[in-house]
Amino acid sequence: MTTDAFPALSLVPKADALQSAKDFKSDQEVRWCPGCGDYAILSTVQSFLPDLGLKRENIVFVSGIGCSSRFPYYLDTFGLHSIHGRAPAIATGLATSRPDLSVWVITGDGDALSIGGNHLIHALRRNVNLKILLFNNRIYGLTKGQYSPTSERGKITKSSPQGSLDYSFNPVSLALGAEATFVARTIDSDRKHLTEVLTAAAAHEGTALVEIYQNCNIFNDNAWEPLKDADTRDDLMMRLVHGEPIRFGKEQEKGVVRKSDGHLEVVEVAKVGLDNIISHDAHAKDPGLAFALSRLSNPRTLANTPIGVFRDITRPSYDRLMRDQIAEVTEAQGAGDLQTLLYGNDTWAVS
Amino acid sequence: MSKQVVQLSRVVIRFAGDSGDGMQLTGDRFTSETAGMGNDLSTLPDFPAEIRAPAGTLPGVSAFQLHFADHDIMTPGDSPNVLVAMNPAALKANLGDVPRGADIIVNTDEFTKRNLVKVGYEANPIEDGSLDAFKVHPIALTSMTVEALKEFDISKKDAERAKNMFALGLLCWLYHRPTEGTVDFLTAKFGKNPEIMKANLRAFEAGWSYGETTEEFSIQYEISPAPMKSGTYRNMSGNLALSYGLIAAAKLSGLTLFLGSYPITPASDILHELSRHKRFGVMTFQAEDEIAGVGAAIGAAYGGALGVTTTSGPGVALKSEAIGLAVSLELPLLVVDVQRGGPSTGLPTKTEQADLLQAMFGRNGEAPVPIVAPQSPSDCFFAAIEAARIAITYRTPVFLLSDGYLANGSEPWCVPDVSSLALIEPNFATELNHEAADGTMEFWPYLRDPETLARPWAVPGTAGLEHRIGGIEKADGAGTISYDPENHDKMVRLRQAKVDAVARTIPDLVVDDPDDDARVLILGWGSTYGPIGAACRLVRAEGKSVAQIHLRHLNPFPANLETILKSYDRVILPEMNLGQLSMLLRAKYLVDIIGYNQVRGMPFKSDELAAVITDVLQSL
Ligand SMILES: Cc1ncc(C[n+]2csc(CCOP(=O)(O)OP(=O)(O)O)c2C)c(N)n1
Ligand code: SF4
Ligand SMILES: [Mg+2]
Repeated sequence: MTTDAFPALSLVPKADALQSAKDFKSDQEVRWCPGCGDYAILSTVQSFLPDLGLKRENIVFVSGIGCSSRFPYYLDTFGLHSIHGRAPAIATGLATSRPDLSVWVITGDGDALSIGGNHLIHALRRNVNLKILLFNNRIYGLTKGQYSPTSERGKITKSSPQGSLDYSFNPVSLALGAEATFVARTIDSDRKHLTEVLTAAAAHEGTALVEIYQNCNIFNDNAWEPLKDADTRDDLMMRLVHGEPIRFGKEQEKGVVRKSDGHLEVVEVAKVGLDNIISHDAHAKDPGLAFALSRLSNPRTLANTPIGVFRDITRPSYDRLMRDQIAEVTEAQGAGDLQTLLYGNDTWAVS
Repeated sequence: MSKQVVQLSRVVIRFAGDSGDGMQLTGDRFTSETAGMGNDLSTLPDFPAEIRAPAGTLPGVSAFQLHFADHDIMTPGDSPNVLVAMNPAALKANLGDVPRGADIIVNTDEFTKRNLVKVGYEANPIEDGSLDAFKVHPIALTSMTVEALKEFDISKKDAERAKNMFALGLLCWLYHRPTEGTVDFLTAKFGKNPEIMKANLRAFEAGWSYGETTEEFSIQYEISPAPMKSGTYRNMSGNLALSYGLIAAAKLSGLTLFLGSYPITPASDILHELSRHKRFGVMTFQAEDEIAGVGAAIGAAYGGALGVTTTSGPGVALKSEAIGLAVSLELPLLVVDVQRGGPSTGLPTKTEQADLLQAMFGRNGEAPVPIVAPQSPSDCFFAAIEAARIAITYRTPVFLLSDGYLANGSEPWCVPDVSSLALIEPNFATELNHEAADGTMEFWPYLRDPETLARPWAVPGTAGLEHRIGGIEKADGAGTISYDPENHDKMVRLRQAKVDAVARTIPDLVVDDPDDDARVLILGWGSTYGPIGAACRLVRAEGKSVAQIHLRHLNPFPANLETILKSYDRVILPEMNLGQLSMLLRAKYLVDIIGYNQVRGMPFKSDELAAVITDVLQSL
């Protein structure tokens, strides 16, 4: 792939030579539990980064706190492991002041949606040039297994021995409600799909939120298993492709229609006819379709779970707008002169 | 009618009225004219937290005090010689501060039965003799203004609103102030609304003419210019000076100024001011909360910018964890705390110095942070540059502790020549700095400069210096994650030693003791400089001796502080808190300190402090 495929990265210097996954492996020993889904994501990201063709030193991974947030240590780029929930805020300052960087945020379901919820929604609405990878394992991993904002209601954990009372967040719905310009969902173990989604996110100007279903085999094993198991996944999961009818099922026998009341519904294609199956439009200005799609899935059974790019629209990024504003003012008023500023308009002389 | 002209050496005027009466603007204009006359001056705005409390009530009173003189002065004055009271509430709220014999100008139109009852006056104080100890000037300001504006095509309400300009005109006449500045100001301010502009100009002139013709005032006053060192002067307030100091620090260091901030009184004006200076390449980011404000500043600093966050005490509380991260990352960061009354929401528009210990210790773990405090409104400029110097040189967050009094107060400022300001060298890392066991060169993000103990600032985009760091403890030198007990002990001590090392670049304190025989020392920090200095003058004028020092650096302390403290029989320390610096000094130097503490939300008065010094002198 050539770098021209990533106009959103046009200000980031390009690598002089071809890179390989090996170039992106740091010398740090990886410390996740054996079998953790984070390994698969790391390996895919290491293989994907060379596709961008960017200078390694111009790539920065910023993370919060959690198992997932250890990610930056294992990549041979610049990396900043910050504090719980604040990575989007920190990355906002970095990306806004440094347009020559490709800035990625690594966060978990607790990091992004509990303690850092405020920063997440504001980064999304501002459309700062950040790619946010939200590792959703529906549990607090690092603190050893408390329920998280994406845990299903009634979940039994150490802090909820009789079952949690909290109603869960759907991160995709949340992001769409927060005016996100790019929202996608993918799965740790599906290397091909994960790579496709990362590629689309990298090409997007502004904030991209990528929810990655990730397995925590220690505290919440098999949380996404029905979507991975070859026997069940095709029945449960729909792959969204822009411009294509939304169909799924082993035989592609199921599809999504819009009912007369405006709501979406999963039906048998044979009963309604292919013409009535709606097509996915990730570029629609109105987030209504994307939002409705995000509401189809059942958080407990995972039936009707869409993956892929829900929304990908064009809106100038925050950092570009800030640079433009500074350039316009400087153009109109001329560059500032400190001495003139200090004098101001109202001086008097004492001799 | 020709009037007698009397020379005065100093005057304190307080304008007081309803929040809607435009007292701050009136005060500002009078200040500008006074500055232009070459008097030394000092101002103290005092306004309520509510934007507009119900009209005519005590909580709605807004005041502006101005002290000006033919010699150099240090405070906005203890008590007003002239009180302008635009309504009964303003009279009642301020009368307690007015000494007997002072002039009180009251707007009689507002002294209606209803307004009097609103603030609990049973009888009209102008008529019942309760003001006999003062020189009261009852003037129908509102109706005279309306009368003067009757030919203008404006509403009665707009006409009434111009009464502050009438009052300003009268005071400008009374104190021989020039008028051109105000004329220009009103012309510009109401440029889009010519009728209102002309009406305000007319009200201003009417006030002036009234002074000239009325028999109410038989004397006009003159205050000669104060001798000041030669130079170009302007009037300067604290928040403006601080903003300019930040812009200057960015220029001196060649870094982009990045401000991450969330609005809060009394710091918001810095955010407003910096937002206006995009032509200097300044980036301002109004964040979703204080944590995001400091977070973005840290992110920008990581990228090689001068990262700044501005706030007040409650905001600092929210930023604590992130400031600790900056301590651990060892990145330059400025945290500006414009202190206000606390705890919690406290007194948002009033001043206090009670965040010192929060700045010093308000983080988890051993997280030392240098602290710098300006001593006067214009000094905020130099203090900001000094804070930036320390932050950039030592790769550390630095607290700049201003306060509400400095923020809004103003004084004449001899504008410095930019070329006289020292450059700040960011010294970005560009090279591999460590030889590995196998002989290859590598980059160690925590390899320290032997002199400053600062680590390399290696920003993204620097080829070969890719590295990963975070809030987890790092191995000394290599910067990789380390849970080793010995290493942690070492790193904690190194971070402390680095902050202590700042003292090597802090100038020694110079004691101010004109007779060189004082046995009592008074010291202070921050905005108490003015009242303490003025108090020392009062004491010395009586032939007594007192020595004074003032701390700009609160962490670390200047190297000679201990010796100074230990060479006096008594040490007095006034603070607008319950003794926070006293606690630090006692703990560090085992010296006794006589604290003098008040937290009334207002600066100290100099006569009050003079009495404290005199008491201590007598106890010797
Ligand atoms: C201020 C603060 N509060 C709490 C913690 C403890 N803590 C660390 S990680 C974490 C939750 C992490 O969950 P998640 O974001 O889902 O990450 P995961 O470990 O599952 O990848 C918590 C509560 C902390 N480090 N800092
Ligand atoms: S606790 Fe769970 S999320 Fe954390 S490393 Fe282990 S398996 Fe992965
Ligand atoms: Mg998690």
